[in-house]
Amino acid sequence: MLARLKSNWSYLAIASLFVVLILAPFHWFLGQYTTLMIFIGIYTIVTVGLCLLMGYTGQVSLGQAAFFGMGAYISAILTTTYGVNPWLAMLAAAIMTGVFAYTIGYLIFRLKGNYLAMATLGLGLIMLIVFRQLNPVFGEPDGIPGIPSLSIGGFAFDSPFRMFFLVWFFCLVILFISQNLVRSRIGRALKAIHGNESAAESLGINVTQFKVKILVLSAVYASLAGSLLAYHVPYVGTQPFDFMASVRLVVMAVIGGLASVWGAIFGAGATRILSDHLLLGFGDWDVVVYGFILVLVMIFMPEGLFVKLKELFERLQLRYRKKGAGP
Amino acid sequence: MSSAQFVQCLINGVTPGSIYALVGLGFTIIYAVTKIINFAQGEFVMLGGLVAYTLIHRAGIPLVPALLLSILIAAAVGAAMYLLAIRPPKKASVVSLIIITIGAAMFIRGIAGQELTKDFVSLPSFSGEEPISFLGAHIDPQVLWIIGAMVVVTIILHLFLNYTMVGKALKACAINPVASSLVGINPKTMALIAFVLAAAIGGIGGVVCAPKISMSYQAGVMLGLKGFVAAAIGGFGSPVAAVFGGLLLGIVESFAVWISWGPFTSDYKDAIALVVLLFILLLRSGKLAEEERTG
Repeated sequence: MLARLKSNWSYLAIASLFVVLILAPFHWFLGQYTTLMIFIGIYTIVTVGLCLLMGYTGQVSLGQAAFFGMGAYISAILTTTYGVNPWLAMLAAAIMTGVFAYTIGYLIFRLKGNYLAMATLGLGLIMLIVFRQLNPVFGEPDGIPGIPSLSIGGFAFDSPFRMFFLVWFFCLVILFISQNLVRSRIGRALKAIHGNESAAESLGINVTQFKVKILVLSAVYASLAGSLLAYHVPYVGTQPFDFMASVRLVVMAVIGGLASVWGAIFGAGATRILSDHLLLGFGDWDVVVYGFILVLVMIFMPEGLFVKLKELFERLQLRYRKKGAGP
Repeated sequence: MSSAQFVQCLINGVTPGSIYALVGLGFTIIYAVTKIINFAQGEFVMLGGLVAYTLIHRAGIPLVPALLLSILIAAAVGAAMYLLAIRPPKKASVVSLIIITIGAAMFIRGIAGQELTKDFVSLPSFSGEEPISFLGAHIDPQVLWIIGAMVVVTIILHLFLNYTMVGKALKACAINPVASSLVGINPKTMALIAFVLAAAIGGIGGVVCAPKISMSYQAGVMLGLKGFVAAAIGGFGSPVAAVFGGLLLGIVESFAVWISWGPFTSDYKDAIALVVLLFILLLRSGKLAEEERTG
């Protein structure tokens, strides 16, 4: 009975999410915040990958913005300088980022914990320096302008209204794929690795291979999101891919509940809304708020804010039901 | 390369190298006692510089008391960070602790940017601007302060760890926290002392380098990273090794910039430290994995 109710609730939640998503880009509904919703969609894609890597598998990445940036830069360079079709460029970026992640994965997963964190941080900063060198070669000193829009046939995704649907289409597809992934054998293997690597290995799970695979997956997600960002803005600079960006992605994953796929929307949403200058006007205080949230969440609910809130909600629901079913 | 250029290059490397060494010392102390990599280590350096600047320019406090006060404030922030953020969680995993120290770093950086200053600032030199000639090279007197501070801190730390009761207790706790708590050493108190020491050393680094390199609230990330490289070269074991790591990194950077070409020298400089970092981590990965298992 409880299970059925619970699933009813989650259907309701998903349905209302869909209603909001469909209405969001109309001007009378959210107005100027359509762009904010696009960014939330894009960051959700990156965050899902990071949740799979950090929350399910227990591997820290402080350089996720590097993959995000690779997607954006490869797409930007291929389309502006070489005139490649945007869709092909996006695919090429995803493949190249995936291959890159695969190559470094075998190297950096010889490290664990603190050292892995530092290695990914270093890698992220190296890629940032590379991006900075690419700017003047393929565009202007500060970035690459004039990236074309994605289009299907004659239909170009050139306005926020159109881009919104494309981004959220990608976002939802990736959320569903990830959801299925974590409920499969692979997801259970990842959780086993998080719990105890030696035990997982003794059960016949190839620990390094799984870690590398999930790194590649998260890198491909980040790359796709990066490409979408490049086609949306349509300008690529280094600012969205610096160290703070990587940390911000970690904040999103932590708020979203590390081990929760759907929490990623919540994490990316809450974080983007916090830094949105129009909506809340925290201005540059957002960094302080992020730091505060990170410390608080990690002290009191290391499984992540969203997961804790969900638990709380379910407990309340249970109590309510008990009252209702009483004599 | 003439001998004068060589000496100049060496000095140009030893100066930032001394700062990296001080940050590396902080990393090593905290890691030895608590097995935590403190991602906020660079923020203490930034705090030392910016707090001193604010005290001098906004509160009108004379240079010397301002410097001492800002080192104390950095140490107090270190203590607060340990007591409020690191100590409360019970049985925190490595990942949680990393995220906590990053959160604390962001918090400190954000507050510094909002409440102290958002500009690039520098302090007045401690003893004039007149360069000193040495073997054909011109040396800013502040450089002598920086190197001197690093040497003095290292010697005092060495004496403290080896010849005082508290220092020996710290070492004991670093070697085996359980056994040391059996002989009456409280590992939590030792961790607090480690954080205060590391923060104070960072603060000292901040105040001595602020006249030479302009400091901003965002400087902590790169300083922290390079200090980490210094500690990693030193192997996270002994403080003296971290100091040599820092000096080595500074000198390598300085010579690499001298031989490199093109307009992006400062970028290349940072890239060197990062590549060194990755190499050391990967070369030592076997030993590091061992440490994580046993430690």
